[in-house]
Amino acid sequence: MTVTEGAAAVASKKQWLAATVREVIDETPRVRSLVLEVPGWSGHRAGQHVDVRLTAPDGYQAQRSYSIASAPAENTIMLTVEMLPDGEVSSYLAGEVRIGDRFELRGPIGGYFVWTSDLAGPLFLVAGGSGVVPLMAILRERASKKATQPATLLFSSRSYEDIIYRAELENLARDAGGPVVVHTLTRGAPAGWAGQTRRIDAAMLSETGFAPDRMPRIFVCGPTPLVESVARSLRDLGHSPKLIKTERFGPTGR
Amino acid sequence: MADVPISRGFRGRGSGARDARIPPGQHLVEDFPVLSAGPTPPADLANWRLSLDDGESPLAEWTWQQFLALPQTDLTVDIHCVTTWSKLDTHWKGVSIDTLLEAAGLTEPPQPYVLAHCDGGYTTNLPAEDLLDGKAMIAFEFGGEALDPEHGGPARLLVPHLYFWKSAKWVQKLQFVDPEIPGFWEENGYHIYGDPWREQRYDGD
Repeated sequence: MTVTEGAAAVASKKQWLAATVREVIDETPRVRSLVLEVPGWSGHRAGQHVDVRLTAPDGYQAQRSYSIASAPAENTIMLTVEMLPDGEVSSYLAGEVRIGDRFELRGPIGGYFVWTSDLAGPLFLVAGGSGVVPLMAILRERASKKATQPATLLFSSRSYEDIIYRAELENLARDAGGPVVVHTLTRGAPAGWAGQTRRIDAAMLSETGFAPDRMPRIFVCGPTPLVESVARSLRDLGHSPKLIKTERFGPTGR
Repeated sequence: MADVPISRGFRGRGSGARDARIPPGQHLVEDFPVLSAGPTPPADLANWRLSLDDGESPLAEWTWQQFLALPQTDLTVDIHCVTTWSKLDTHWKGVSIDTLLEAAGLTEPPQPYVLAHCDGGYTTNLPAEDLLDGKAMIAFEFGGEALDPEHGGPARLLVPHLYFWKSAKWVQKLQFVDPEIPGFWEENGYHIYGDPWREQRYDGD
């Protein structure tokens, strides 16, 4: 524990920045990526998030947090948003939005659930559904920095059609030095599917992940029940809780 | 609001839905989302301890049974998470920090700041006065039932007038310190105080 006297005094307020939608990518029937031009955006670290604020013509505002999907870059970021039932902000971002639309962003936020290429140790990423978003930022950063730490993504999706970033993950996995990508489909797999079809459990984590003595850095993101169960299993398998970083979502996105 | 870009086609739930009890930038939820930085620690009531320290000096310590024997308080409060959800009229039972201080033989906090320490290594900092006069408790029941481990059970700090990361889950120790020592999220970009009504979300707000 370090004492950082006056740390709050030297920080400057994170300003709201205007973002303009430059590209809209349909990732799955319910999930969409938005490439945003954000003048003044100073970059971020993989795993961080932003606050998004929408303003209606009558001045009404709504604000939510979203993970950043892109690797660090200036003046542009990608968000990937899942449309939630009754989601006030997500139904706009994943439904209504068109190229040229504008809203505000503030960030980057969060200094804990982050990965930088100078961190030693294998990387084990465990995602459920749109929990893959901050983990994709990590894989994109790893690829862009040509980092050599071994990396594995274990990714649980409902169905084949629900796999977010499916093509890009296939491409990354094919690259020399690319990550190992293991999919599991929990609500039905297509004919001929050779991959996993059950919920992520201790056996799957043990088979796909790294041994605890290799001290992998583990990032888990997804719905609360998945994160709770995965983090518990990882701890029981002997991984240090200090190396297991979790981020949960669910009702918080509404 | 002069330069705020209007989001074409966004109507949202409309200004009519605003409730005077919802701080700026927050929205109402009916469920109880879970946010933690790492695994939920296993509850071990036999070895559970709650302690008060003055710097490095122990002031008092309670076992689970001793803690439950202290006078209890009910609180019905609104809670506000920095991730923008708010939940109204939540019911808690616990032991107020006033009661803990009294039980430790103290008439006032020995130092002006508190660093709360939790199972799993999480910490958060608060001014001691924010814990007094019935404003805060160590809560062990939520909604009339034992506090779920995901929500910080067996016991968590409850400081409802600040953003909810200050209401540290799985609390084990309140350490009185001077000067203030930033806790886990406070070291990771979040505001040192965290008043939802002043929207003090991040460092510098």
